[in-house]
Amino acid sequence: MKQRQFETHHGADWQAFAAQLDRLERRPVPKNAPKSAPLPVLELPAAYRQLCQHLAIARSRRYGSALLTRLNQLALRAYQQLYRGPQGRWQAVLDFLTRDFPQRVRADAGLFWLCTALFYLPLLGMGLAVYQAPELIYSLLEPEAVADLEAMYALERPTVDRAASSDLAMFGYYIYNNIGLGFRTFAGGMLLGIGAAFMLLFNGLFIGAVSGYLTARGLTETFYTFIAGHGAFELTGVVLAGVAGLKLGWAVVAPGRLRRGEALRRAATGGVRLIIGVVALLTLAAFIEAFWSSNHAIPSEVKYAVGATGWLLVILYLSRAGRHAA
Amino acid sequence: MINLEPALLDTVRHLETPEGITLSLRVAGPVARALAWSIDLLIKYTALLMLLLALTILSRGGFGLWLIALFLTEWLYPALFEVYASGATPGKKALGLIVVHANGTPVAWPAALIRNLLCAVDFLPVLYGFGVIAMFSNRDFQRLGDLAAGTVVIYRDSPVLAPSFPPGLALPPPPLSLAEQQLMIDFADRGATLNPDRQAELAGLLTGLTRQSGIAGVERIRAYARWLTGAQS
Repeated sequence: MKQRQFETHHGADWQAFAAQLDRLERRPVPKNAPKSAPLPVLELPAAYRQLCQHLAIARSRRYGSALLTRLNQLALRAYQQLYRGPQGRWQAVLDFLTRDFPQRVRADAGLFWLCTALFYLPLLGMGLAVYQAPELIYSLLEPEAVADLEAMYALERPTVDRAASSDLAMFGYYIYNNIGLGFRTFAGGMLLGIGAAFMLLFNGLFIGAVSGYLTARGLTETFYTFIAGHGAFELTGVVLAGVAGLKLGWAVVAPGRLRRGEALRRAATGGVRLIIGVVALLTLAAFIEAFWSSNHAIPSEVKYAVGATGWLLVILYLSRAGRHAA
Repeated sequence: MINLEPALLDTVRHLETPEGITLSLRVAGPVARALAWSIDLLIKYTALLMLLLALTILSRGGFGLWLIALFLTEWLYPALFEVYASGATPGKKALGLIVVHANGTPVAWPAALIRNLLCAVDFLPVLYGFGVIAMFSNRDFQRLGDLAAGTVVIYRDSPVLAPSFPPGLALPPPPLSLAEQQLMIDFADRGATLNPDRQAELAGLLTGLTRQSGIAGVERIRAYARWLTGAQS
């Protein structure tokens, strides 16, 4: 069969097929396109197989490139319609948070403890060092920043509480800053894990220095009541972002029996799920930090109790949730 | 992706589907992607500026909402569009690009998130330095985020030639291989995109076959193409 005969014979089918694809892709119908009724959706798979055959025939008969390009384009568009993944459902989100996420954290227990060490050892070390010698804090912070810090946690509490609009502003800031840091930690893992490890170490040193300094200056009451509420969620989120980042780095450094690219893709698929969990933890932390931690009307005992409950919940969640599920 | 036909310096990638056919994708290079990125940048920051003006009228609380918007725009704007708007941010759409998995299927949430979160390392040390180095180190122009996510940026449409050669005399060509026959048809199809001198020059390479020179050679090849495609004379 010659090319033109082939085109005349099947042209109408291809047009109907293209019209349905236009509809599914929600793209505007080209003005000069010949009018043709779209093919019914249910007939799309059969029509796609037909088109694949036409493309194969046209190739083997070496018809012109113009025709081949047109058929290839149609087949590619139909392929993308037919082979798309399942669309997201709310159930999947729930399953992820109650089962999948803690399971994944436990599956990476080794990295988790490594990141815990990378974060908390500098935190404790720096905390103790600065507690003994408060001037050490100037190795990390500018003098103005230290002055701000003291003013923020000064024992004389403001007589008027922070306005609600101010809480909202701080919530926005915590979301922007903390989750952004989490993402950067994850991405930094791509640099052989160095970026992620650096973020953990640096954050550990920084938080340690601030805690040690404020404790040494006797501002414990204001500082610890403030961080008690959200500490469990925020610190755990930071560590888990490190786990996700080091997963990437480890896949690049030691891909094992896989090719480096394949190992990286698998690590990224697991890592991004950890990061979604981190986003949930850090959002919760930001919410508590902005609307609860900053509230001076709540007695210290209640704040410490809530903080301890937070740690208990996080530990139970990460160690137990989803243990018996398949 | 598998490569069926050896092609030097070609951005077409071949992809075998379960139906046993091979689809061709055209991967997009750094220039088109940088342009798309610039358009997106312009859209993002225009929207953020307008939002800032609108929200700060609502005092400090409005600034908090704006920071959340800034966070979402900075990290999730491309992923949202890539998943829900057929694989293209507005900038990519303007350039005719889409993001797909390396197996040609539309990009889904995990891959879209990975490639956009890892933008942070691609951007290092300045202006996508690592990203550009990565793009030139592999044949599919994947930046680091693409490598980790297993995605490629391709052109959404291939330019389809309107097969236009005027009706006229059809002549049977001398014996030709299938590939050579295809060349004859392609040359005739591309007539509208080449000026007459260039056509004559190209046809001049085939004087051994057509035994005609200049514009007569072009006419002769068209006649062969008409005969080969079965066009009406």
